[in-house]
Amino acid sequence: MFFTYLRRELRHRRRQTAVVAIGMAVAVALVMVVNSVSTGVSDAQDDVLDSVYGIGTDITVTQTGAPGDRAPGRFEVGAEDGEVGEDGSRAFAQNNVAVERGTASFDDDALTTVAQIDDVAATTGTLTLSSTTFSGEVPDTAALPEGADAGERGPGQGQGAAGGPDGAGGSAFSLDTFSVTGVDPGSDAVGPLTTVSLVDGRALGTDDSAAGDDGTPATVTVLDATYAASADLAVGDTVTVGDEDLEVIGTVGSTTGDGVATGSDAYVTLPLAQSLADLDGQLTDVYVQADSATAIDAVAEDISAALPEVTVSTQSDLASSVTGSLASASDLVSTLGLWLSVVVLVAAVGIAILLTVSGVTRRTRELGTLKALGWPGRRVVGQVAGESLVQGLLGGAVGLVLGLVAIAVVNALGITLSGTTGGFAIGGQERTGGGPGTGAAGGGPGAGAAGGGSGAGEAASGPFGNAVDQAAGAVDVVLHAPVSPTVVAIAIGIAVLGGLLAGIVGGARAARLRPAEALRSVA
Amino acid sequence: MYEITDLTKTYAAQGRTVRALDGVSLRIGAGELVSVQGPTGGGKSTLLQMLGAMDRPSSGTVVLDGTDLTTASDRVLAEVRARTIGFVFQGFNLIPTLTAQENVETALVPARVPGAERAERARAALASVGLGDRGHHLPVELSGGQQQRVAIARALVKNPAVLLADEPTGNLDEETRDEIVELLEGLWHDGLTVVMVTHDSAVARRAERRLRIAGGTVSELTPAART
Repeated sequence: MFFTYLRRELRHRRRQTAVVAIGMAVAVALVMVVNSVSTGVSDAQDDVLDSVYGIGTDITVTQTGAPGDRAPGRFEVGAEDGEVGEDGSRAFAQNNVAVERGTASFDDDALTTVAQIDDVAATTGTLTLSSTTFSGEVPDTAALPEGADAGERGPGQGQGAAGGPDGAGGSAFSLDTFSVTGVDPGSDAVGPLTTVSLVDGRALGTDDSAAGDDGTPATVTVLDATYAASADLAVGDTVTVGDEDLEVIGTVGSTTGDGVATGSDAYVTLPLAQSLADLDGQLTDVYVQADSATAIDAVAEDISAALPEVTVSTQSDLASSVTGSLASASDLVSTLGLWLSVVVLVAAVGIAILLTVSGVTRRTRELGTLKALGWPGRRVVGQVAGESLVQGLLGGAVGLVLGLVAIAVVNALGITLSGTTGGFAIGGQERTGGGPGTGAAGGGPGAGAAGGGSGAGEAASGPFGNAVDQAAGAVDVVLHAPVSPTVVAIAIGIAVLGGLLAGIVGGARAARLRPAEALRSVA
Repeated sequence: MYEITDLTKTYAAQGRTVRALDGVSLRIGAGELVSVQGPTGGGKSTLLQMLGAMDRPSSGTVVLDGTDLTTASDRVLAEVRARTIGFVFQGFNLIPTLTAQENVETALVPARVPGAERAERARAALASVGLGDRGHHLPVELSGGQQQRVAIARALVKNPAVLLADEPTGNLDEETRDEIVELLEGLWHDGLTVVMVTHDSAVARRAERRLRIAGGTVSELTPAART
């Protein structure tokens, strides 16, 4: 009788059933999509962190550079530096390698200290450097008017200049920056190498750390495949880092996805990195893996206690440092998505309750009759609640399908999110200096002037509009919104709870009906 | 069967107190056919609600076969309604979405009668009121007289000790009215106690005992003094 009555009532009130089910379906689908996308964004953040810090890294140890720790990059070009071209122009290039701005190196004793802390499963240390190449071409300074220097020349005074990249006395400069990470090739349990896979050539080996007869490291490097492609480099080529020309012995990609950049543009052995930057026995990062997830906080506290001068970051700290469109998506999902879901959910359940109560009011005589026939109150409440529950479940089933389709569409769109943990940095762009009426770029101390004449500036004006670009450490991740049992459980749970809530409210009203209502309605 | 003593029921309506029943004392014996007449608002339906264990009085007592309906719990009252009292409503009060057969079965639900037995007893009850072939019809597909027969079958299917009928012929034409009254008389002849409220004097006169209720007080219209 329960199911017969329930079925007949729902069929009789098709419109109400449809409205309640549709409302619930939209709410369920929305919650599913938000939850799934939220999980996808969270996974993407993990991918970014894995790509930068490696899989299994629970804690990183770094040291923030104090103001003034590192002087601004300075390149000094002497009057006789570089090679002179046929027109007398002089081309030069200089390379500077140092720890990245905002960070500082610390003694590698810290690695030993961390490794001895309880519940530490694995550690590795790296030295992350920034290699900057400043190159350019300046005109023949001998052709400039005698007695004039860069500071004194104004507009219209450089008419007689010649040479330079534009042939009219202008200058051109370029700045190329890429990241270099010194790693321990033998340490693959934790750290940046855990998410790196060989694409071409060979990987760094432990032998490369001390290949020379005197124990000096081999001057070899492995490049990130994405960076190598953008810089038009391949295995067998050489790249200049500091004073050394390094042979490219291999290229690597990220294991977190096809075409995804790894955490660094170039990898060298740790001893070589220390040698290149003249930072023997120094590290910039220590990667730590704890024995268990529950031990992470305790280990982090122990490290902070043992090394008070360093910055200790757990995975959750690192997640909050992810920036870029990935962070925007995360904010969008966690704010707009969440509140939209809540509003729609409340509206859907509210409509279900209103319609159920309205239905009970309309059925006063009918429900009163049942009570007059001896139906106990709980049986009447159960009947009303059962009808609401089935309406909710119908909505849940439709919403489940709707949600799965929406999630499939999100995945099919292949939305690419970009995330970086390093904020913004200059890198990888050629920049051209000089401009009309600037009076030219200054020369080095005692080296005389080298500046573009004002009359020839138009050809050499520099496009600095895109001078600042995201760091090479930016990682692109294709958003994948997973359909987990949790998502399905949430959908069913919402449908059941929504239906039950509406049924309980409506049923409570039905329970308050006195059998005499049935008679009064016709008396 | 019924022992009613000094029964009073008051309602608060539109800021004033309405005394629907005013000190009614009455006794109804088993096997009686009693009609209750009276003007609209005189207290007929209120009295029937008290007899049917559907409402509680403001004061006084209603005892049905030893059970005091004025002090019994809601659960006990529901049990009495489910097993002892059959009720026929003026407006039939059938569930519009259920068939005649299913409507009759609803009366057996609170008694937890198994499904197969419930169906069989409902079929028999419908047959006893001449609707054995109408079980699968929805109320809207039946005439007024047929709907009232379904309502009577629903009241009878539980084999009640007493049948309470509120204006059982109020919505029926004369021919159908006579059929229903004959049906009720037949049940009375079979030993069932029947109390029916009616406006219709022709119907009321066919009762063994006639009561009149007006202004909340009851008076006997038949010679036998039973109060």
